[in-house]
Amino acid sequence: MFALNDVTKIYAGQPALGPVSLTFPVGRTTVLIGPSGCGKSTLLRLLVGLVKPDDGAVIFDGTPVSPSNARAVRLRTGYVIQDGGLFPHLTARGNVTLMARHLGWDHGRINARLAELAELTRFPLDGLDRFPQQLSGGQRQRVGLMRALMLNPDALLLDEPLGALDPLVRADLQTELRDVFRAVGKTVVLVTHDLGEAAYFADLVVLLRDGRILQQGSASDLWHRPADPFVTRFVQAQRGPEVRDNEP
Amino acid sequence: MSHETNTRNNGWRVCSSAFVALLAIVAILSPGCSRPANRPVVVGAKKFTESVILAEMGARLAREGGVESRRDDLGGTPALWLALTQGDIDVYPEYTGTITRQMLKADPPDLSEALAARGIRIGKPLGFRNNYALGMRKDTAANKGITKISDLRGHPELRLGFIHEFLDRPDGWPGVKRHYDLPQANVQGMNHTLAYRALVEKAIDLTEVYTTDGEIAQYDLLVLADDRNFFPAYEAVWLYRADLGDRHPKVVEQLRRLEGRISEPDMQRMNATVQEEKRDEGLVAGEFLGRVLNVGDGGQSSDGSLAGRLLTTTVEHLWLVVPSLLAALLVAVPLGILAARHPAIGRIVLAVTGVIQTIPSLALLLFMIPVMMWLVGKGTGAPPAVAALFLYSLLPIVRNTYAGLTGIPAPLKESAEALGLPAWAILWRVELPLAARTILAGARTAAVINVGTATLGGFIGAGGYGRPILRGIDKFDIPLMLEGAIPAALLALAVEGLFELAERAISRRG
Ligand SMILES: Nc1ncnc2c1ncn2[C@@H]1O[C@H](COP(=O)(O)OP(=O)(O)OP(=O)(O)O)[C@@H](O)[C@H]1O
Ligand SMILES: [Mg+2]
Repeated sequence: MFALNDVTKIYAGQPALGPVSLTFPVGRTTVLIGPSGCGKSTLLRLLVGLVKPDDGAVIFDGTPVSPSNARAVRLRTGYVIQDGGLFPHLTARGNVTLMARHLGWDHGRINARLAELAELTRFPLDGLDRFPQQLSGGQRQRVGLMRALMLNPDALLLDEPLGALDPLVRADLQTELRDVFRAVGKTVVLVTHDLGEAAYFADLVVLLRDGRILQQGSASDLWHRPADPFVTRFVQAQRGPEVRDNEP
Repeated sequence: MSHETNTRNNGWRVCSSAFVALLAIVAILSPGCSRPANRPVVVGAKKFTESVILAEMGARLAREGGVESRRDDLGGTPALWLALTQGDIDVYPEYTGTITRQMLKADPPDLSEALAARGIRIGKPLGFRNNYALGMRKDTAANKGITKISDLRGHPELRLGFIHEFLDRPDGWPGVKRHYDLPQANVQGMNHTLAYRALVEKAIDLTEVYTTDGEIAQYDLLVLADDRNFFPAYEAVWLYRADLGDRHPKVVEQLRRLEGRISEPDMQRMNATVQEEKRDEGLVAGEFLGRVLNVGDGGQSSDGSLAGRLLTTTVEHLWLVVPSLLAALLVAVPLGILAARHPAIGRIVLAVTGVIQTIPSLALLLFMIPVMMWLVGKGTGAPPAVAALFLYSLLPIVRNTYAGLTGIPAPLKESAEALGLPAWAILWRVELPLAARTILAGARTAAVINVGTATLGGFIGAGGYGRPILRGIDKFDIPLMLEGAIPAALLALAVEGLFELAERAISRRG
């Protein structure tokens, strides 16, 4: 679905990402993992044209992403940014349906889709008319997810969707998210710091460091066949559940 | 450096053309900006009692001549002269000394010929003289042994208070000082009525007086002899536009009936009646006309009841505030958006609106007279006031729009963009609603400033609460001042309340 060909992004003279070449296969979940500041969010921004590469090309569905088609790419891609990015002046319903209303969907269609999504993400219906600051952290994450899924996009980009949640809610949401991914059969790119979480979701895990890909493969590849001493350090620094070989 | 200057020059060019466009918008929004062919005869008045009484007589006589007529209070001589030559007013009472020394700045052998060259006619003297003179308390003068102006040379310590106009006029303080070689340095500018109060309270020792002032007798003041003949004769005359005679010959005929009919004691008495007894100028003027020329309905007041006056001033005030504020919103919000989008333009926009804010409001108001004359053909009354208020209201709204938009957290902008919304929809559906509270706070500041500043409209005949306030100050008539000041304060409170409600409605949404 997405591909990066020798992409480099430079901020203030420093390469924030790249050069990186990477393919995100259709219908699969790719997890980006790596230390803070390694360029994960930058990579997601490049995919939907929110930032322009200084070198190389970003490909979506066979065509290079450019300012002229970036909006079309975004309409086919749901993106939950790192901080959720819910609009405080709109209710949960207003946030989720904003784009559909802008596109002129009729009420019936909007409401039907909203009900479907609330069911899928197990979002309480009475929460729909509350403003983001009146919702719990977990509920906000679900609203962000519903908003990204509203237009039934082909791809889903999630930047640390489960950060800052208590472990129980997080585990619940992980299960739900995985169900959602399986149910909708979309191309998913997910960013996390947590190797356990990566293992849980990923068809492919990509470990980044300082804007470069250090290793890509399954979670167990990283655990048992590290390509670099840093991979070993990164993996061992995770105090999460141990990942066994050939799992999942 | 050169680059910097360059940008700024370009900016100024952009801004000055933008400025003209803005004023045009204001002109369209301001009430009564077009000049109807059949407009009433407007009689100008300076902001002091005698001038107002004479203008009231003029308006009544013009009505006697069969046309609609009203009085328009404008600031000082320059404003009236401008208004007369530009056609905002048709006629006003002036003094010959002022015409030669201040307007023509020459003493031509034939005054009417010199004025005719400018399209202005001058009538014959109305009968009385109102000379400038210097006045003191009798006891102070006796203590220091002063009886004439040349005696002042020995008393450099004297504290002087003059109206601003007298301080500037060549036939005023600068001329007297030079002519008599006077040493006094402690000179303040103040309102004429306040100067009299200050003199009586011994806060100052000397002020300028007009020889017909009611206060001279009221406070028993000494008028210093002009022993070296500095002050010229100030004979009251009508100055009117040459075309008034063509348009309304009857009106000119009526006005000229007053020539030679007002004696000095008459004028002093009328001034004193207004000043001391707080009688309405229109009533006094009407009584005089009825008695001397057998004109009109005796002395009916043109002002009506308190409730009626309040209604009129309130409506007039709102006609200044509402159009200027709406125009400012229409212009300032887009300017704020532009500033937030383009930092380079933003700096210029914020600087220019900031500079406008530092211009003293009265100066801006007077500056708007020729500008609006040029733009909409009406240099007095509401248009220049609305234009000045519009300019004053810009800054708070521009600044808050800019602050509101630039203060939106980057992640929110990013997620709006990531949804695939086009730029205008991001602005409309996300950024403006998020900035709404800040923008509203700016509008609130602008509105409250606007309500207060609009009282200055009284200086250029724009009406509103400023009229009773300024007349009240002039006559030292406190109830009359309060008749403008209290409603102005209440209106400001009401505006605050309205915005409070609007802000609450917005916050309820999040
Ligand atoms: N707009 C920007 N301007 C300048 N530098 C930037 C900008 N955005 C990101 N960077 C820099 O680029 C690098 C990569 O940033 P990025 O946000 O992609 O990291 P990340 O992997 O998402 O980190 P985290 O896990 O903390 O979210 C960082 O060094 C960051 O400081
Ligand atoms: Mg990040």
